[in-house]
Amino acid sequence: MEFKTFVFYFLSAILVFASLRVVTSRNPVHAALFLVLAFFTASGVWMLLQAEFLAISLVLVYVGAVMVLFLFVVMMLDINIDRLREGFWSYLPLGSIIALLMVAEMSLVLGGNYFDLFEKSVSQTAASDSNVKAIGRLMFTDYVYPFELASVVLLVGIVAAIALTYRGKKENKAVSPSQQVFVKAKDRLRVLQMPAEKRD
Amino acid sequence: MMIDSLQQLLQGIFGSVFPLVWTLLKIVLIIAPLLLGVAYLTFWERKVIGWMQVRIGPNRVGPWGLIQPIADGVKLLMKEVVIPTGSDKGVFLIAPMFAFAPALAAWAVIPFNDTLVLANVNASLLYIMAITSIGVYGIILSGWASNSKYAFLGGMRSAAQMISYEVAMGLALVVVLMVSNSLNLGDIVKSQGQGMFADKGLGFLSWNWLPLLPMFAVYLISIVAETNRAPFDMAEGESEIVGFHVEYSGMAFAVFFLAEYANMILVSALTALLFLGGWLSPVGFLPDSLFWLFAKISAVLFFFLWIRATFPRYRYDQIMRLGWKVFIPLCLIWLVVVGCWMMSPLNIWK
Repeated sequence: MEFKTFVFYFLSAILVFASLRVVTSRNPVHAALFLVLAFFTASGVWMLLQAEFLAISLVLVYVGAVMVLFLFVVMMLDINIDRLREGFWSYLPLGSIIALLMVAEMSLVLGGNYFDLFEKSVSQTAASDSNVKAIGRLMFTDYVYPFELASVVLLVGIVAAIALTYRGKKENKAVSPSQQVFVKAKDRLRVLQMPAEKRD
Repeated sequence: MMIDSLQQLLQGIFGSVFPLVWTLLKIVLIIAPLLLGVAYLTFWERKVIGWMQVRIGPNRVGPWGLIQPIADGVKLLMKEVVIPTGSDKGVFLIAPMFAFAPALAAWAVIPFNDTLVLANVNASLLYIMAITSIGVYGIILSGWASNSKYAFLGGMRSAAQMISYEVAMGLALVVVLMVSNSLNLGDIVKSQGQGMFADKGLGFLSWNWLPLLPMFAVYLISIVAETNRAPFDMAEGESEIVGFHVEYSGMAFAVFFLAEYANMILVSALTALLFLGGWLSPVGFLPDSLFWLFAKISAVLFFFLWIRATFPRYRYDQIMRLGWKVFIPLCLIWLVVVGCWMMSPLNIWK
């Protein structure tokens, strides 16, 4: 067996195991950690396909940023896993339909060679070819409008997140000494006069 | 030469697995001096801060106290690793590894001179950013797995700080790779060796630190915050603040400690490569060599120790304000300024 094939099967085995543990793990933090492992291994598989830019960005964006925030939330929420599992059997038919659909789609894509979907086979690139340069060139020439559109959508997302959580400017609690010196005890303190009550 | 004959000898012994053995040997040659450097950085820190505070520093173990870091290491190895009740044992023990491993793995792509690099990857800067961003898991996981609300809060605090400064650091790096037109660290260093001043023999004026001075300042401050060092040391204010590793003891704590210093050396090496011209000689009449790279790394490390002895600790809300409201807008503006500069006839990076 070629070394590359061995690496592929090794990474795939870890990937399948980690993905299974994501859905079967009882502890949500462990599930999130297995998802991190799955992302990391997937980036290794992509690296084998010579997509080094995508592989590194997967680690940088998903492992380095998204999953950290995900872990933050999962750790701070009080998740009761047993209550989450209550509806398992009633949701199973819907879930299995979606799963079957996904399997069908994936087999269409992965069996592309068999169904004659691809126009030509992917050519191997030389090691010196820079993935980043190629992607950058395409992104800023042929696909510049979709790219700009995607960035605007992201910007709207940022603005929306702030708009949803912004609660107005905080009241300033600093005191002004010039007003403070004019304060009199009478303004702040009211002395109540209560007649003594007779004991029963 | 000697290396060639050694290569042939090993090839004879190992046969087809020779490339693997040869790579492992190179990894050992990088990691072993690095770990020694980490040990002696702790010693050097205590000495330098001692001198700055008119003390002597460690001077009992060995001549001038030189065996002190070894003695500390042995002491930490001997101590018991206490695992708190109710803690998540597996995650508790994995967390220090998460903190330490990225600091070592990133060295795979660090070039030491034109040819001396373990893996000459095209996207090496991107690789380093990706690998170092994993280090934050060590902090969050150790805080969570300790089953202590103080460790948890400390972990949250440090992780939020690291993520905030990663953004500013990343934007500063984007400017650097814009002007050097490459993601390869070797090419970034080579691109600093040319320009108006380099032709006159004043190479140190054409390194990135001068034309990108604001980014250099942002980067230098961000790496201090990124490694959780004073004056941004929210993670371990021994007597004042409880940090994420409050429940760790013995070797498990020592790994966090080593991770901090390994990260310091890593970011110093990056500063030397990205802004200070790497192995390039500062003046024309001296040759480029490995020595310059090590001298620059040492200078940046000394800067770390110097500011630790000089500045009082920042307040946490001020740290976050500096990161989000000062550095990130500054970086974004400078990104546009440099972009316009490169498109104008005044472009100096052709």
